Amino acid sequence: MSQNTKNYYLPGPSFWPAIAATALFLLAGGFAMALNNIAPGKLLMVAGGVIFAYLLFGWFSEVIGESISKVYNKQVDKSFRWGMGWFIFSEVMFFFGFFGALFYARNVSLHWLADAQLLWPGFVASWPSAGPAAKEAFTPMAAWGIPAINTLILLSSGATLTWAHWGLMKNNRKQLAMGLILTIALGATFLFLQAHEYAEAGFTIKTGIYGATFYMLTGFHGLHVTLGAIMLTVILIRVLKGHFDSHNHFGFEAVAWYWHFVDVVWLFLFIFVYWL
Amino acid sequence: MNKKAIFFLGTGLSSIVSTAQAAYQLNLRAPVTEIARQIYDLHMLIVYVCLAIFVVVFGVMFYSLYKHRKSVGHQAAQFHEHHTLEIVWTIIPALILLVMAIPATKTILAMKDTTEADMTVKVTGHQWKWEYEYLGKDVRFISNLATTQDQINNKAEKGENYLLEVDNPMVVPVGKKVRVVLTADDVIHSWSVPSFGVKQDAIPGFIKETWFRVDQPGTYRGQCSELCGKNHGFMPIVIEAVTEDKYNAWIDSKKAAVAAAAASGDKEWTKDDLVANGKAVYEKNCAVCHQASGAGLPPAFPALTGSKIANAPIFGADGKYLKDGHLDRVLNGVRVMPSWKALLNDVEIASVITYERNALGNSVGDVLQPAQVKAAR
Amino acid sequence: MSTTTATHHDDHAHDSHGHPTGLMRWVKSTNHKDIGTMYLWFSFTMFLFAGGLAMLIRAELFQPGLQFFQPEFFNQLTTLHGLIMIFGAIMPAFVGLANWQVPLMIGAPDMAFPRLNNMSFWLLIPAAFLLLTSFFVPGGAVAGGWTLYPPLSVQGGMSVDMTIFAVHILGISSIVGSINIITTIFNMRAPGMTLMKMPMFVWTWLITAYLLIAAMPVLAGAVTMLLTDRHFGTHFFNAAGGGDPVLFQHVFWFFGHPEVYIMILPAFGILSTIIPTFARKPLFGYASMVYATTAIAVLSFVVWAHHMFTTGMPVAGQLFFMYSTMLISIPTGVKVFNWLATMWKGSMTFETPMLFAVAVVFLFTIGGFSGLVCSILPVDIQLQDTYYVVAHFHYVLFSGAAMAIMGGIYYWIPKWTGHMYDEKLGKVHFWLTTIAFNVTFFPMHFTGLAGMPRRIPDYAQQFAEFNMISSLGAFALGLSQLLFLYVVIKCIRGGAKATNQVWEGAHGLEWTVPSPAPFHTFETPPVLK
Ligand code: HEA
Ligand code: HEA
Ligand code: HEC
Ligand code: CUA
Ligand SMILES: [Cu+2]
Repeated sequence: MSQNTKNYYLPGPSFWPAIAATALFLLAGGFAMALNNIAPGKLLMVAGGVIFAYLLFGWFSEVIGESISKVYNKQVDKSFRWGMGWFIFSEVMFFFGFFGALFYARNVSLHWLADAQLLWPGFVASWPSAGPAAKEAFTPMAAWGIPAINTLILLSSGATLTWAHWGLMKNNRKQLAMGLILTIALGATFLFLQAHEYAEAGFTIKTGIYGATFYMLTGFHGLHVTLGAIMLTVILIRVLKGHFDSHNHFGFEAVAWYWHFVDVVWLFLFIFVYWL
Repeated sequence: MNKKAIFFLGTGLSSIVSTAQAAYQLNLRAPVTEIARQIYDLHMLIVYVCLAIFVVVFGVMFYSLYKHRKSVGHQAAQFHEHHTLEIVWTIIPALILLVMAIPATKTILAMKDTTEADMTVKVTGHQWKWEYEYLGKDVRFISNLATTQDQINNKAEKGENYLLEVDNPMVVPVGKKVRVVLTADDVIHSWSVPSFGVKQDAIPGFIKETWFRVDQPGTYRGQCSELCGKNHGFMPIVIEAVTEDKYNAWIDSKKAAVAAAAASGDKEWTKDDLVANGKAVYEKNCAVCHQASGAGLPPAFPALTGSKIANAPIFGADGKYLKDGHLDRVLNGVRVMPSWKALLNDVEIASVITYERNALGNSVGDVLQPAQVKAAR
Repeated sequence: MSTTTATHHDDHAHDSHGHPTGLMRWVKSTNHKDIGTMYLWFSFTMFLFAGGLAMLIRAELFQPGLQFFQPEFFNQLTTLHGLIMIFGAIMPAFVGLANWQVPLMIGAPDMAFPRLNNMSFWLLIPAAFLLLTSFFVPGGAVAGGWTLYPPLSVQGGMSVDMTIFAVHILGISSIVGSINIITTIFNMRAPGMTLMKMPMFVWTWLITAYLLIAAMPVLAGAVTMLLTDRHFGTHFFNAAGGGDPVLFQHVFWFFGHPEVYIMILPAFGILSTIIPTFARKPLFGYASMVYATTAIAVLSFVVWAHHMFTTGMPVAGQLFFMYSTMLISIPTGVKVFNWLATMWKGSMTFETPMLFAVAVVFLFTIGGFSGLVCSILPVDIQLQDTYYVVAHFHYVLFSGAAMAIMGGIYYWIPKWTGHMYDEKLGKVHFWLTTIAFNVTFFPMHFTGLAGMPRRIPDYAQQFAEFNMISSLGAFALGLSQLLFLYVVIKCIRGGAKATNQVWEGAHGLEWTVPSPAPFHTFETPPVLK
């Protein structure tokens, strides 16, 4: 084993990538069929989803196994850091696109619509808006109820996660586990409140540009929180199994980075979607 | 396979032979507005500048390719940097760009200035025709491709203005500043008249503006310039610039035609007249999607032959037209099917519906009167 | 788990043991060379297919009138030709070259994440499958142009959804691939290879990978909004609900313009590799090449709306985007001048790769100049959506990107196969391609200036002569590419034995390993002096 730590670890042939391609193919093809009411679409999606779950489980188990058996040297660890960092950057750009749409609608297209009196007599640009053809008024989401509480929740979950990290560095496993449990609990509370907010909302995704941007931005964010919470749970299980030590715990850090990124996205959401 | 190859070769050769007579237009069309002239000059300026750079740069390159070959025994020098040179060839292009940017900026500012117009025409893009509305004048009409399907399908000789001719051209007076406000009904189209230096996208739900002032009478042609679906290549723009007198006469004749149509809508029509009139309306407006035979192009465009809607009653027991019935579909449209309320008059709608129900393989037998359409609006 | 890892670690110690053979060698591959090879073959297949579609386009446009296809099918041809050429041919070809060359050039044992590398490749297959099979679903393939503008793309059928998902999958593939390349370059260089000693090809790919990571997610967002507008009742691109069709264009081109540089920067890298070799002289202005590449990349994010000059932007926006677009000519010019200075006073020979490189410099510049003409907004009013634009982007894409790829393949294939290609046939391929290319696309400048719109199946008679010339050129161009296929296969099958160095003037780590390059290279990092 020891010679491995000298050289960069190169995995041998692997079936996982081909399985990933298959899973995504079934998911995508099935979804396209389902959207157009072609019968086996949903079935294919389910199959794709199952394979995908199997894939995630299998591939990550393999990587974790490799990590535990210490075939990764410092350089591999650094690769993981670069990789995760740029992955998060790509996610930032994904959200950037949707925020761009929000800014554009609020600051540009609504004003042009209001100028086009020939087509939309009487329409005035204002935010929130469901557009010039909207028939009924709707109640937009207020910032200072649940959203403000959710902001506090996510911010404190960032703090508990950092506290867990401190525990890990001091080799205080109890603090580590406690911190993780708290973070996951906060994340779950956030999701619960978010679901509650959706259920009570006075508008839908079809409510013009306001509904569209609101649900797309908060929805994708919620999806990321869900993913983050699942990843934290995996890390918690690994911690309980005794994985990680104060030097070697990139898995933990990667998930922590991801969690903080999701946190920051929320701050922008809170400011631009709910508040201003 | 072989036949096709011979056909290609044959036509290829004959085209090369006919090269001598063919009109190979190499440049922008002759400008007839001030803006188009500015664009023309700007283009020439840039082309000459680029050509000059090109000749110098590639003169150097080909000189080097020729002189510094290994086969003529040239030894490679080993320099690989020269700061002054590098700075010079960064700054000179910057200056050249500045020379281009200044006149371009002036033209842009002029192009964007739609104030002080003498008249305004609202142009609406539809799949696949243009609608013109002279604001404040009560004149409004649709302009369709006039080239026949036979010409397009190579069954008839192609005319001189093949694909560039319409039934109702837009008419404008020369020397007047015409402001054009553009929108679209379904998808994005683009209204383009090269001789005027005008091209502006027509965006559904938005109003975009442009303007022109023609200085010479004449007929000017353009084409839709944004992919808008299957017949994107078949929605030309034709503008006749005429003297002011002729223009006024044209406006009056258009108004008279509208009045006549309204009058004919008040009388009772016979079924045969409606069907005959409806055939013309159908072929002009509906056949692009539903096909002249009524077979449609499923799944995108449903067949009208045997269509449930075209064979079901138009009116309900309460005397109102049925939702999702034949008249509703034509008046209000749904999804891709356009609304014809604003585009066709009562007579046209009544006749096209009557035609659809009694031709195209359908034989419902009933008649829709223009007066009923009028009441339904 | 630990037992599997133990066997894995063993098998890169000695090649023969434990490697699947046959199909499984490729399916399960974690070897950058195998994966590179798969990318290149995939790309070539797609190139022939999309080229085949172009042949059909040119056949229809051979004469005025509708000859072979109905308009709706013609639009499908155009759309899929564009989509497949860009996402299926050009981009994978560059990734294939990166896979082969980047580890070899920087002295790395493989890519940083070999399994993800394999995944990036295999994701292309479902994406391609979704695009190709969309011809057979009700309503046919997407017909709204490769730019997928709504509301037209909202009208389309199931194929639009398939295309959207294909774009998602391609996006994942590109992002993962780019992360891999960036990590490889930053983390796996041989000791002593500082950033400013890296080969130019590696530099251009590094910057390209950044462009990909920044641009692809935005495209994914754009098509996601399209999907929800189509099926879930959102109003992003619908004025009635306060949205705007033009919003899609902004988001699309925010991706789309960096995308075109994604397709040219690696080509620039190839030129910067080939020209010094055959001029037997170091690359002139290495540092300024690096800065120019960076400048192009940065600028590429602030010029996107030059594709939207006719949408009716406010005048301030129009001016901003015109100026910023014009500025890109400066760093691009720096590159052209540096290549010239590299040739100057060299000792040049003209093997096939060099012929391609010189032709690319020359022809790309024509395309660059026509781009500059388009960037002058008032002139673009006349040119937007005409064949002039088609001429412009084929000059930069075919005689820029595609011909640079061909040059790169001729340049490196001896290293990959261990055989020299047939030089005579290579030259014939070069001349046929270059001449046929110009016959095809140069006349399009004229038809465009005279006002012939693009994406039309039929045209006015005044354009007939030039279109016929274009079509004849295109058929010749298509046939010439079959010759390329033949030369490549012939070279794989056999040929004169290539030396390690292959080219007299070649420098760099990849030329220190044997030809063909062994399955594993640089397991212990080489040390640079
Ligand atoms: C590889 C791809 C590639 C590259 C490199 C470029 C490069 C450039 N492109 Fe191009 N472009 C496309 C691919 C590309 N383009 C595509 C695919 C489309 C159409 C998309 C669609 O609608 O489907 C398009 C469309 C397009 C448009 C929109 C046209 C329209 O639809 O109306 C414009 C407008 O500004 C433009 C401009 C430019 C400019 C200024 C450059 C510059 O980068 C060029 C710079 C280079 C030079 C100028 C030459 C070398 C310089 C010198 C020798 C120095 C001296 C020069 C001077 C000082 C002048 N391009
Ligand atoms: C990325 C690179 C790329 C490349 C390399 C090409 C290559 C070619 N392109 Fe393409 N083209 C685009 C990208 C590219 N194109 C894009 C982005 C568009 C815009 C799409 C849109 O509007 O949405 C476009 C649009 C476009 C049009 C405009 C269509 C329209 O507006 O309606 C035309 C018309 O002539 C054309 C022609 C060609 C030709 C003749 C080639 C030739 O170079 C092709 C050479 C031929 C081959 C390589 C084929 C060889 C193989 C055979 C002969 C065997 C045959 C068969 C099978 C295996 C099936 N292209
Ligand atoms: C732009 C293309 C287009 C044009 C032009 C067009 N239609 Fe249609 N039409 C459609 C489409 C698409 C539908 C199907 C709408 C749906 O159900 O989504 C349709 C549906 C219909 C139907 C209902 C048929 C059924 O069985 O569902 C009728 C009747 C009809 N059109 C009549 C007309 C008439 C009359 C005209 C001309 C005056 C016309 N259409 C012009 C596209 C068009
Ligand atoms: Cu209307 Cu193109
Ligand atoms: Cu661009």
